[in-house]
Formats: sequence, C-alpha cells, structure tokens
Amino acid sequence: MTTTTASTPTAEDDELPGPQGQGTGSDPGDVFDRDVLPAPPGATAALLRSLLAPLRARAVVTTLLLLLQQAAVQVGPLLVAYAIDSAVPAFREHRHGPLIAVGVGYLLCALASGVLQFAFIEASARVSQDVLLDLRGRIFRHAQALSVDFHERYTSGRLISRSTTDVESLRELLNDGLQELVTVVLSFVYISAMLLWLDLSLGAVAVASFVPLYLLVRVYQRRAGRVYRARSTAIAAVIVKFVETMNGVRPVRAFRREAANDAEFAVLNRRHERTNGDALLEMARYVVGSRLVANTAVAGIVLWGAYRVASGSLALGVLAAAVLYLRRLYDPIDRLGMFLNSYQSAAASLEKVAGLLAQTPSVPEPAVPGELPPLKGDFPGREVVFDGVRFGYRTGGEVLPRFDLTLPAGQTVAVVGATGAGKSTLAKLLARFYDPSEGRVLLDGVDLRELPVPELRRGVVMVTQEAFLFSGTVADNIAIGRPDATREDIERAAKAIGAHEFISALPDGYDTDVRKRGGRISAGQRQLVAFARALLADPAVLILDEATSSLDIPGERAVQRAMSTVLRGRTAVVIAHRLSTVEIADRVLVMEHGRIVEDGRPEELIGGTGRFADLHRAWRDSLA
Amino acid sequence: MSVPVRTLAVMPTTRATTEDRSAVRTLLRLWPYVRPVRARLFTAAFVAIVASCTGLVIPLVLKWIVDGPVADRDPAGVWLGALYLLLLGIAEAVLFGIRRWLVARPLSHVEAEMRAGLYGHLQRLPVAFHDRWASGQLLSRGTTDLMLLRMFLAFPLTFLLVNGVTILVGVVIMLMQDWVLGLVILGPAIPVMWTCAVFERRYAEVARRAQDQVGDLTTVVEESVLGIRIIKGFGRHRSQARAFRELSVTLRGTELRKARLLAMIWGVIVTLPELAIGAALVLGAVRVADGGLSAGTLVAFLSTALALRWPVDSIGFLLAMSQEAATATERYFEVMDEVREDDAVAPREGGQARAADAGLRFENVLFRYPDAPPGSPPLLTRIDLHVRPGESMALVGATGSGKTTLTALVPRLHEVTSGRITLNGVDITAMPREELRAKVAVAFEEPTLFSTSVGENVLMGAPEGAGRPDLDRALAVAQADFAHALPQGTDTRVGEQGLSLSGGQRQRLALARAVVGRPEFLVLDDPLSALDVHTEAAVEAALRQVLADTTALIVAHRPSTVLLADRVALLSGGRIAAVGTHQELLRTNAEYAHLMSGDFEDTEDSR
Repeated sequence: MTTTTASTPTAEDDELPGPQGQGTGSDPGDVFDRDVLPAPPGATAALLRSLLAPLRARAVVTTLLLLLQQAAVQVGPLLVAYAIDSAVPAFREHRHGPLIAVGVGYLLCALASGVLQFAFIEASARVSQDVLLDLRGRIFRHAQALSVDFHERYTSGRLISRSTTDVESLRELLNDGLQELVTVVLSFVYISAMLLWLDLSLGAVAVASFVPLYLLVRVYQRRAGRVYRARSTAIAAVIVKFVETMNGVRPVRAFRREAANDAEFAVLNRRHERTNGDALLEMARYVVGSRLVANTAVAGIVLWGAYRVASGSLALGVLAAAVLYLRRLYDPIDRLGMFLNSYQSAAASLEKVAGLLAQTPSVPEPAVPGELPPLKGDFPGREVVFDGVRFGYRTGGEVLPRFDLTLPAGQTVAVVGATGAGKSTLAKLLARFYDPSEGRVLLDGVDLRELPVPELRRGVVMVTQEAFLFSGTVADNIAIGRPDATREDIERAAKAIGAHEFISALPDGYDTDVRKRGGRISAGQRQLVAFARALLADPAVLILDEATSSLDIPGERAVQRAMSTVLRGRTAVVIAHRLSTVEIADRVLVMEHGRIVEDGRPEELIGGTGRFADLHRAWRDSLA
Repeated sequence: MSVPVRTLAVMPTTRATTEDRSAVRTLLRLWPYVRPVRARLFTAAFVAIVASCTGLVIPLVLKWIVDGPVADRDPAGVWLGALYLLLLGIAEAVLFGIRRWLVARPLSHVEAEMRAGLYGHLQRLPVAFHDRWASGQLLSRGTTDLMLLRMFLAFPLTFLLVNGVTILVGVVIMLMQDWVLGLVILGPAIPVMWTCAVFERRYAEVARRAQDQVGDLTTVVEESVLGIRIIKGFGRHRSQARAFRELSVTLRGTELRKARLLAMIWGVIVTLPELAIGAALVLGAVRVADGGLSAGTLVAFLSTALALRWPVDSIGFLLAMSQEAATATERYFEVMDEVREDDAVAPREGGQARAADAGLRFENVLFRYPDAPPGSPPLLTRIDLHVRPGESMALVGATGSGKTTLTALVPRLHEVTSGRITLNGVDITAMPREELRAKVAVAFEEPTLFSTSVGENVLMGAPEGAGRPDLDRALAVAQADFAHALPQGTDTRVGEQGLSLSGGQRQRLALARAVVGRPEFLVLDDPLSALDVHTEAAVEAALRQVLADTTALIVAHRPSTVLLADRVALLSGGRIAAVGTHQELLRTNAEYAHLMSGDFEDTEDSR
C-alpha cells in the first residue's frame, strides 16, 4: 500500500460498504490494522533532521559546553601523573611551586566542570524541550489536518500513543541519550588521545579494543531495533484497548464484559511485557559483552605497562595516569548501551510518527487560497452547485453515480431516503469532509477545494447527530461555533434554539464545567448545544445531518421554529428521518441507491404518488 | 472569551497534592506488586553490590602491582597481577550481566501486572467515576507513569542501594589505606547530602506538576480525535492546535524548571567531590614526598576515589528518578484507592416473592448523583413504578428529565440514593451485579460497539454457548441483516467504537445485542432514534414479538416508539407524574399530549 491509502474513504455513515468496501479493518495485511503506516525510506532520519535544524546553533553551543566540561573533567589524571612524576620530586627538593600549581589546577578544573555541567544541562534541556514542543505540535496539527476518513481508520488510541509514549521515547533520547552519546564519543576521543600521548603503545592497545566494541555495538543495534519496533507496536495496541474500554465503560458494565476484557487486555499486555523483557535482555547481553572486552583490555594494558615500568622503560606516574584513564575510558560503555537503548526506542517511535506525518490529507488545503465572492443579496445564503459530481471508493464501490444538482441561495432543502441511500455522503461532499472522485462542488461558483479552511467554514457548517462535548464549560462548547463570540451572542444562540432553560438550570449556568459536579448533560441536551454552536457560526450554508434525532418532539418543534427564522435567507440542507423537518423545507430530494429519484416542492410530492408520498404517509401513521 | 477553545482544553482533572508527603512512604506502597519478584530483585541487588565491590578491589590489585612486582622489578609477579585483574574483570562483567538478566523479565512483569490491575480496577469503578475523569488522565497513568515505575525498580531502587554500599565500602577502603586522606575525601559528604534533601523536596513538586500536565495534554489529544467531526465541521482545527500548543508550552516550562533543578544538583555533586579529590591529591603528594606514604597507595587511593565518582555523581539523577517514581506511584494509587462497586450482596429479605411483586418495581426511589453539589435537589424523587411481568412500559419525559438516569439505575450503573428497585420481588442490591446484569439487557442511546467482529459484538449480550442461530435471530429482530452483507459477513470487525458504521447501523447492532440473550428484563434507551421511518417500522414489528413475553422499560420520544409499549409512564419534575395507556394519557394529561405532538404551546411543562 502506498501513502495514498488514507485517502480511501471508509464505508461509513449511511452507506453500506460494497463487497470491496474498505475501512472495516478486517484485512489481516491492512497497514492500519498492524499499525505500520508506510513512511518513505529515510523519512525517520529526515524527520529528526528537520526537528533539529532550527536549533542547530544552540545545539552546537550545547555540544561545546559539554566538550569543555569533558576537557575539565579529563585533566584530572594528567595532574595526578604530573604530581607523582614531577611535583613530588620537586617538593622533595623544596620547590613547592609545581605542587601548588597542581592544587590550583585541580581546583579550577573542579569548579569549571561543575559550572559547565550546570550550563550544559540547562542548555540541552532547552534544546530537547524545543524539539519536543515542535514534534508534539507537528503530530497534533497533522492529525487535525488529516481527513475524517483517516481518523475513522487510525483510531484515537493510536494517535494518543503517537503523541504520548512515542514522543516520550524521543524525550528520553534527547534528555539523556544524546548527552550520553556526546560524552561517550568525547571521552573516547579525549582519552585515546591522552593515552597515545602518554605512551604510544599503551594507547594503541586501548584503541585496538575499540574494534570488538564497535562490532558489539553493531550487533546490539540490529537486534535491539527489531525488539523496540515490536515493543512500540505492542504498547500502542495496549493503549487502543485501554482507551476503547474507558470510553465505553457503560456498555462494558452492562454487558458484563469486565472479565472478557481483562482476558483480552492480558493478551496485549503480555505481548508488551514480553517485548519489554526482550529489550532488557538484549541490553544485558550487550553489557556483559562490552564489560568483558573493556576489562580484558584493562588487564592487558596494565600487564604491558607494568612490565615496562618494571623493566624501566616507563615512568610510574605515566602508568598510574594510564590506569586512571582506562577506568574512565570504559566507564561510559554502559552508558553507550543506554544511549543505544533510547536511540532504538526513539527510532522505533519516530518511524511510527514519520509514518503518520507522511499521510497526506485526502482533503488537502488549497495551494492557492481562493475567496468567496461578496454576497449577492442582503441575505447570508449562497448558491450550491454539484457539477458532474461522482463519488466512489478508490477500490471501486460507487456510492454516488454522476449527478448534477443546483441549490439556489437561500433555499432549504430536505434530503430523505432510506438508510444507505447516500444522503450523508451528499452532505459530506458539501461540507468537504470528502472530495468528489469526479466533478466539482461549487459555492457561489467557487470550487470548495480552492477555499482555505476559515473561508470554507464561513461558507459551510455541518451539524451531525453525534454531539460530542469537549471538556470545558457549556459556554466554551457553544463558542466553538465562533470563538470571538461574546457571552450575549452565546446566550442568544442558546435561547433561539431552546437550550437556554436547561443551561440556566445547571449549577453554574453557562459556566458549568461539563465534566465537573452536576455537569451531566443528556443526549438531547447535547444536541441542543450542538445546534447553538451551529447558529453561532452563522454560515452561508448549514447542513444538519440527523441533528435532532435525540430530541423530544417539543424540543424538535422548538428547534424547527428557531430554524425557520434562522434559516431564512440561508441555504440549508437538512437530513432527517423525521419528516416533520420537511415542513420547513422549500424543496425535497428523495434519494435511493445514491441517486436523486424525486425532486420537488413538498406539497407537490406529498400530493403525488411517488416514494415521498409513501414515506410521508408512513411517517404520519407513526405519529398516530 | 476571546479564545474559548483555550479554556476548553486547559482543564486539569487532578490537582497536585500540596501536603507534605514522604517519597519513601509513597514508594513503599509498591511492595505488594514487587513482592512476587522480591527474591530475584534482592538477589540482583546483592549481585550488583558484589560486582560493584569487585570493581573496587581492582585498584587494590593495582596498588599491589605497583608497590610489589613493579617496584621489585619482578616480571613474573606482573603476570600474576594482570591475571588477577583479568579474573576480577571477568567476574565483574558476568555479575553485572547476571543482575540484568535476573530482573529483566520480572520487572516487565511487575509493570504489566500493575497495568492489568489498573485496567481491571478502572473497569469496575462506578460509572460516576468515569464521568468525572478524563480518560487521558487515566491513560497517562497506565502508560508513562508505569514505565517510570519500571525504570525506578530497574535502576534507582537497586543503584541507590548498590551505590550507597559501594560508596561506603570505598570510603572504608580509603580510610584503611590512609585515614587522613580518607577524611579529606569525606569532607563534602554533609553539604552534598543537604543539597540532595533540598533538591528532593523541590523536585517532587515540579515532577508532579509535569506529570499532571502530560495527562491534560493527553486529554486534549483524545478529545480532538473523538470530536474531529465537530472540529472539522466548524473549521476549528487551528484554534484546537493553538490550545494544544499553549498546554505544551506550559509543559515545556515545567520541564525546564525540572531541568534547572537537576542541573543545580549535578553541578554541586560534580564539583564538591572533585574538590576533595584535588585536596587529597595535593596532601597525598606532600606525604609521598615526605616518605610517609607509598606511591602505590596514592595511586590506589586516587583510583578508588575516581572509581567512586560515578556512584556519587549518579545520586542526583537517581534521586530525581525516584522522585518521579514517587509521583507516579501517587498518581497510580489515586485511582487504585477509589472504591470499586462493592460486590457485597444485601441479604434477601422476606423469603418467597409474592405474586404482586413480580416484574420490575421501583419503590420510593430517590436519586441524586453522588457528586452533585450538596443541597441540590435530587434528580429523581419518590419514583414509584411497577412494570408487570411481560409488560412493556414506555418512559416519556422532556429532554433532560432524567429518563436515561432512571434506566441506568436498573442494571446498577448508578446506585439509588434511597428507596429500592426489585426484580420479581428481589431487591437488585440483593443479587450479585453479574447476575443482575445477566437478567437485565440494555441498549443505550449511544450505541458503543467494540473493536471486534460484528458477531461478537452482538453475542456479548448472550449467555455462554450462544451461537449462530441466536445471532441470526437477533440480527433479524433488529433489522440488522446488513451485517451479512459486510465484507466478511458477521465476522467483519468494526473499528474502534464501530465508527465505520453509521449511527443507525450501530444502533441496530446494539439493539440486537440487547435482545440476543432473550433476557427476562429489557431496558431500552431511545433505541430507534437514528432509524428512518421504514426501518423503524420494521424493527418495531419484530420487536413487538420479542416484547410479548419480556418485561421491558423503554425510553421513548415518539409516538411510534411509545406504541411498542403496553403502558406509558410520564416522568416529570423528577417524579412519575402519570401512568396509563398512550390514548388515556393523550386525553387526560396535557404535558404528555404536548410531548407527543409538540402542540399545545400554552401547556409548556413547568419543570
């Protein structure tokens, strides 16, 4: 599958998925199912580069600080060698200068290493926090830019996993890992240089030991990479299950799913446990291997050095310094392991993030933003034209065969039809949740694809039946319709829709936090909030998709009364099973199998003998 | 009000505890989870101590080489010394390996157990708890916090001990070699410990704040995905991104404060011991010059001191990690300490149920949400309602009148505040929830499907061993035969929350789930709201047969649904205001007539 996969709309809403319908996620090879969205080769490295690029200068300064800090730290053994080989004999001759120099030198080094350490940690924290801020923002913005059909397949749990645990592993890499790496590389370079300078052959033995160490690192890197990728996938699966259960806790409870869920969760949890253990064991193997090489090298160098001191070709102080350096040389090997650890884990995470970021929105923002022409009349409505529009899944299932449709500005159109007739797809094309496979959707002559989001949403707003509330107050939730609305605007919208009464009755009225004490809001009330939101948005075209399904009849009537004033002059598309909506409509479209089969004024259709007359009769009967 | 979405997002669900707490006491709460692996953990710590001390012996061998064979020009002795070094080195490497091998699986196991414990516990916490807690906060406890804990058990816990012992042994070795130099080295101990203490307190506070902010961030991410249609529908993804950015900038600030504290302690911990080593070097050199100390001893001494550098240096970040682990523990137990739905069963009273008690009966039920502001009027008062066996009762009431809440009381998703509900004369609190929920099947207005096959989603409502025929029958009743036409038929998986099906399709599957087990009692909350007129009529026709011998309570908004029921109860002002047939109530009750037709504006209900 290619990166265009995401642009395959899912079978959803009132569409019956065709035989080749995508989106059911049951294909075992499905990249969504296995949580392995493809990223172009090199995307991970490119992502890391692009994250670090703007901080290059500061990263250099940070590295410089660490360089100096390491220099200060590594002077110690040199001073020891000097003290033993020169200062002590000088002191015996009552020349105190060299020893005082040693003391002062050590003091300065100690202070410098402390101060530099402080400065480095501060600086590196800034760099890494800025990288994380950038990455978090990118994931979030990109996820928000991706189209609805992507979200229907990717699941919220995975997205959460991307922006939490995956970002977290990059944080570990940046916080500790990079410091480890630089420290390790620096001390290798410093110490090897020192050793070579102190004594060429001793240094050569130390440098020779790098070869097996390098091989060890390579092997570890390859094996750990595999383990960490498996681990990242495993934790994402755990998160998906976790989120799903917590969001559906009522049915879980009511259908006594607790035990079954425990069992399913245990499987996922154990898979994560296993990969986690695998990762730790890989690390254990690496540590044993590297320590063995290091300690063998120390023994070898000591043997060689001591032998030469004994035979008189090496000064004792030099051997002492060499041994002290050796201890330090191999100390960071474990830390190199820790770096590789966090690197592998971060690489696995970044790979997944890169895969997410490589998804192109199937409903992209225009490269050259267009603009809606000024309103023609003194009413807010605009004309909608479906120009030769056809819509189908990329895999072949055709949902809406080619059609043309014009909705004059200010018209209220009711769309009716059985489940699966394509009503919602029509609405989603108009709201630009999807783009048509062929043809254009025009708003006052402008292709929706040319409109940037703010302009588009001034033009078209859609209210769906699922009335999700965000945490925050009721007022905040209504204000999503128009963020710059005043409290008066918000209350006016709520009053117009008949929501004011129940909102005022809440403990803190409009300021009631929907997640706090007494903030429970019923499904019907949530729909009212959603309506108020739409009213506040004041769009040229309003789409209502089953937006009154949870309201009681008086509530629905109140909404309709409000609508008949609100919709006046606005273009509106209303999808509803309750045909009462039709009473406010100027025009009715009846859809069947993706086609518009009847189109006319409600009175005409009701009076006729077509499908709508049938539907209307059935509905009348249901009101009995 | 300029950017309302900002406030939408910034809503911490938990508060940082400000009262004094001891990190140690908090961490001790982990013991029950660690207990099963204690043998390995202790062995590992012991092995690590031995390995660490082996490392400390190496300088002593060096001293022996320098003062012995090297000074005596004895090449054979040099070989022996090198051999000792090699053996010690191998021992150290292998021991460290053994330590890691010992804890690798057990610690992953502890993490997994704690996660499973959290998950199981959360599933069983009262629904009211979930109403209050954003799931992002719960999730961050189940992921990042637990990873922190595993890391704590793997490193800081062991190494605070190991490094402590190593430092102690090292200091003893140094004191034994030369007590004056030893004391010089010990000099900075007190200021370092003082710094650590100060650091620990401050760090704890910031760490907690950071972790809570991560939870809030998780919540925003989650809501932005769950509410994606609204955000898209209103073109609000930019303001949502802005809100997210503000939260992450705040988090960055907190993280930077953490880093500054960490930098401070590192600075102190690096500088002070180094100063002491410098002093020891000068003093030692003077005494070597005086002949009061052998060169080998000085080399060994400094080598030991340097070998202790890492254990000392590491204290800073080990303490930081421990502090974060303590915070994570606190956050974990914040949830674990919440009381589960208790499974104690009230004693059954009165022996045989009387015939008059058969069916579903509400007796003087009063309900107020446990977290409602004190003194607020109860949502439901004096509910008395009797649904006779085999009877279907429609429950009608204005939006927000408490219908859904009332239905949630039957399967005990919420507990009645006072009064009681009986099934065939037995108080629902007198039977285990399992049994109760097996008897009462529910379909919610918001039909949640789980990430599994359509068939499994439906069969969830059936007792063990239900099969194909049950599934087909249930799908037929709910007019959900579309399931057979899905790509893999009823084996087709529906995505997270079944989002790839339409609302109407999900609703029908949820209905099928409710009827598949042929339950004795059925509670349906506006089960047909998303269906079109034709489908609704078909479902109703099929449902009528099911309802013929089922005791059912059906929340209804429309006459068509009401007509499914034998009788109707009108819920108004928190009470059952009237009970009767649809026709009766239409004639006699103005509020009911209003609710059913939307006419009679003047009789607007007075709730």
